[in-house]
Amino acid sequence: MPKVTVDGQEIEVPAGATVLQACELAGKEIPRFCYHERLSIAGNCRMCLVEVKPGPPKPQASCALPATEGQEIRTDSEMVKTAREGVMEFLLINHPLDCPICDQGGECDLQDQSVAYGRGASRYHENKRAVTEKTMGPLIKTIMTRCIHCTRCVRFSEEIAGVDEIGALYRGEDMQITTYLEQAAKHELSANVIDLCPVGALTSRPYAYEARPWELKKTIGIDVSDAVGSNIRIDSRGREVLRVLPRINDDVNEEWISDKARYQVDGLTRRRLDKVWIRKRGKLQQASWDEAFKAIAKAKPGKSIAAVAGDMLDCETMFAAKALLKASGSGLIESRQTGMDYDVSNLAAVNFNSGFAGIEEADAILIVGSNVRWEAPLVNVRLRKAAKRGAKVFIVGPEWEPTYPATFLGEDVAVLSNLPDEVSDALNAAEKPAIILGGGGFAAGAHAASVKIAHDFNMVRGDWNGFNALHMAAARMGALMLGFAQEGGIADIVAAKPKVLLALGADEVDFTKFEDSLKVYIGHHGDKGAHAADIILPAAAYTEKPGTYVNTEGRVQRGDKAVFAPGDAREDWTILRALADALGVDVAFESFHELRAAMVADAPALANEGAIADYGALAASVKGDAAPSGTIPAPIKDFYLTNPIARASVTMQQCSNELLLGEAMAEAAE
Amino acid sequence: MLEDKDRIFTNVYGFQPWNLDAARMRGDWDNTKDLIAKPQDDIIEEIKASGLRGRGGAGFPTGMKWSFMPKESKDGRPSFLVINADESEPGSCKDREIIRHDPHKLIEGALCAGYAMRARAAYIYIRGEYIREAEVLQAAIDEAYEAGLIGNNASGTGYDFDVFMHRGAGAYICGEETAMIESLEGKKGQPRLKPPFPAGAGLYGCPTTVNNVESIAVVPTILRRGAAWFSSFGRENNKGTKLFQISGHVNKPCVVEEAMSITFEELIEKHCGGIRGGWDNLLAVIPGGSSVPLVPAEQIRHAIMDFDGLKELGSGLGTAGVIVMDKSTDIVRAISRLSYFYKHESCGQCTPCREGTGWMWRVMTRLETGDAELEEIDMLYQVTKQVEGHTICALGDAAAWPIQGLLRHFRPEIERRITERHAAFEEAAE
Repeated sequence: MPKVTVDGQEIEVPAGATVLQACELAGKEIPRFCYHERLSIAGNCRMCLVEVKPGPPKPQASCALPATEGQEIRTDSEMVKTAREGVMEFLLINHPLDCPICDQGGECDLQDQSVAYGRGASRYHENKRAVTEKTMGPLIKTIMTRCIHCTRCVRFSEEIAGVDEIGALYRGEDMQITTYLEQAAKHELSANVIDLCPVGALTSRPYAYEARPWELKKTIGIDVSDAVGSNIRIDSRGREVLRVLPRINDDVNEEWISDKARYQVDGLTRRRLDKVWIRKRGKLQQASWDEAFKAIAKAKPGKSIAAVAGDMLDCETMFAAKALLKASGSGLIESRQTGMDYDVSNLAAVNFNSGFAGIEEADAILIVGSNVRWEAPLVNVRLRKAAKRGAKVFIVGPEWEPTYPATFLGEDVAVLSNLPDEVSDALNAAEKPAIILGGGGFAAGAHAASVKIAHDFNMVRGDWNGFNALHMAAARMGALMLGFAQEGGIADIVAAKPKVLLALGADEVDFTKFEDSLKVYIGHHGDKGAHAADIILPAAAYTEKPGTYVNTEGRVQRGDKAVFAPGDAREDWTILRALADALGVDVAFESFHELRAAMVADAPALANEGAIADYGALAASVKGDAAPSGTIPAPIKDFYLTNPIARASVTMQQCSNELLLGEAMAEAAE
Repeated sequence: MLEDKDRIFTNVYGFQPWNLDAARMRGDWDNTKDLIAKPQDDIIEEIKASGLRGRGGAGFPTGMKWSFMPKESKDGRPSFLVINADESEPGSCKDREIIRHDPHKLIEGALCAGYAMRARAAYIYIRGEYIREAEVLQAAIDEAYEAGLIGNNASGTGYDFDVFMHRGAGAYICGEETAMIESLEGKKGQPRLKPPFPAGAGLYGCPTTVNNVESIAVVPTILRRGAAWFSSFGRENNKGTKLFQISGHVNKPCVVEEAMSITFEELIEKHCGGIRGGWDNLLAVIPGGSSVPLVPAEQIRHAIMDFDGLKELGSGLGTAGVIVMDKSTDIVRAISRLSYFYKHESCGQCTPCREGTGWMWRVMTRLETGDAELEEIDMLYQVTKQVEGHTICALGDAAAWPIQGLLRHFRPEIERRITERHAAFEEAAE
């Protein structure tokens, strides 16, 4: 632990810290553009210059200089002040002063730091540089004249995303940042470069000219586009969500979110269910809440009522439905819409036990039926880190393009009962071996076999638990904790022939099997569920209600309500509460607080916000075929269109067309 | 004046063939085995004792540089020697003469130096424009391999040592040692941050020393004739012989090997046939390649041509690429052209150099005609100061120094141009 002096203040810094970090520990602000905690050090912006003794008699880039014993660092000397002013002046001479029309205005590092560290006026009277705009796809808007060449975007795509998409062309003042051959950035984390860009060179295309940052209401939220539970900030103005940004949470999403999480929100204003609809003579017609509740009561469900939970539900909604059914005398609740019936008696056997941060430390990883890049892009980032540290990665299932070296073992799940020597040697030799069972693996019935592998290779040892289930639905773990699972999956519910089926945002259910039931859809988008429904009750999307979510590693997280639901739509729990009255049953909660209290009483782990729920030890075995065979399916056909919100989103649709189908469409057009 | 018997580069003018047989006649590859049949540290000590300072411009003691290399590989990483033959500095042309006329001196030096620093291989990074030189060098390397002088059991020493030649693609910045390493690795030639220094983590993350061609080529002769012989030339701290490259307004421009610490006057009179139009016609001299500040005529005449002597004059020996300018020179235009060169060759990685070189060049072009305000002279000087010492590599300094030299010594000339132009405009306006 070296001791250094920062502006006369002596502090001890951790070994390996840089001078910049030492200054921050001492409470000194160091301006910077290129330096970013999660990226490699470039040291090229020269904004973080400080004076360091001993050393050459010139200012040093603090981001790249290791802090060593006895250093005297000055951040307030004349030399430092002049150096910062000089660098600031250089950055500004070719930067267009178009702040009034720049989307970065108000949240621009260059703007802020030029006020704090720059000179009052420019001495540059030559012509400024102009750079042509680059094509970076439907998400990233470029105004490259503003670029200050910090190369954060280049380093992000190389180091974090793992694709060589963005780079620098030419040299000197002609240097330009661009994508390879000016193709669109196709990676599913590509839009994070917008957050990284310290100036307005890379801005959000869908959000272009929408709002100024100070007009926005900022609400804490949890992303529901996948089961990672990314921490997000929902920026809204009036009744509209304008954009979503990541919040920092090192355990979950670090500082990134997927493009879907960021850009599906424009789907929140389209194809919305904002009125009550009742199907009369085969056609959906507008109705009032009263009529709808009466129609449901008229069906006299009694205890013949079932509820299927969708993929994006909060725990409160699911618990309210559970309470309603329980009061009616029914236990027909299920969340695995597509018909999967894996054993959920041991929640540790359906959980991502290593944790996202933990999986980085794994040194041999077997992935069973998961296109991690599409199912959980941020977990893929962790896997890339593990692979960079030397982890060997093997994948069973359909081929996809990992961003790290990995060996594909074929699409047949039978390989699990007879792993190649290469794999078993690697797993045996590993100190922290891990298996990741994805959606495709569950669908192919590989659950029991995977648990068996986890035990065969002693993947649970000491502090380490290497068995991981990677779900795709944000609601899945919460639903399983609340008991939304029948032993035989949804088939049990079909067999029970319920008089009333509550589809809670459930759009992936095969409703043809429920022809005799009164299908009540409680949800927010006019998608597949609403098409099949007899009665539609408009509800709130994830930005429009407070809620508890449990991600695939069992982490309990809460989001707040950012905006009101449109039209007649109500928060889901109020609908269920009113339905209880209509059905004449008592659910014993009158307010959201009472609901949440009742839910926590039912599942105490849901009270611990931010913590990982304790599911106990991994079961020795689970029900199912220990030696399955058959081809593993690819559950996600289109990364950008996996849920009703995304399907309603123009941006996601455009991404799908241009980024995924682009080549096929271009071919067809010829 | 250096006697012929003390010359290291005996074929610098190419009067004899470059090939192995001719090189052997000149004494190269003569029992190289014996030269390095001693502990590595003894060779390094010998080089240290010879007082050899790096010939690439910075003048860092070569022996000390080698001693930074690890004595043994703790983690299995090999060490590498990279030889900088990316000679692109305006005014420098010595490496070219060595490579095309005496390549075996370089290859033998590579083996000796490589052995001393325990390197597995040497990479010679040659300037892309040196097409014929690259052909000669590659042919010489092939010859040496064929003769068993390098490769496995190089020269019968039992030491395995490979020499590879790599051609650059025409970027001046790749002559900077870490940019050269990046370029060798196949990346865009941009200097790396230091630390880590190449001796710790250089080419492919392995310990690496980057040396100039001349620094390496003189090594076998120093080892043969002894450190005492080499250090008998030149002043203290500036030992040895050096290839001077005199270009510009002298009667006979040439590349010549001379003892260090020779005076400028002697150098010019003995080897270049004097200044064009006599000493009174001399305007200024850039003594060390384009990167060092110019020295005006009155100061340079009796200057001692070595590292310390020129440093005292506020300039530097650099590569000893002496650019002589007589009074027919438009000195502002000359420096402005150098500014353009640095603007063109800046890699664009770090801010002060990327933005500053363009700014300086633009102001310089206006100063050529006097299309500026008097205050802008001071502003230009401040801009050079904002670039100097604020960049990752030394290109920023190299871009700033020529302008600083101009402003220091020729400010009246610039002021004259500005006032005359202003006066002309005023007259026209009346």
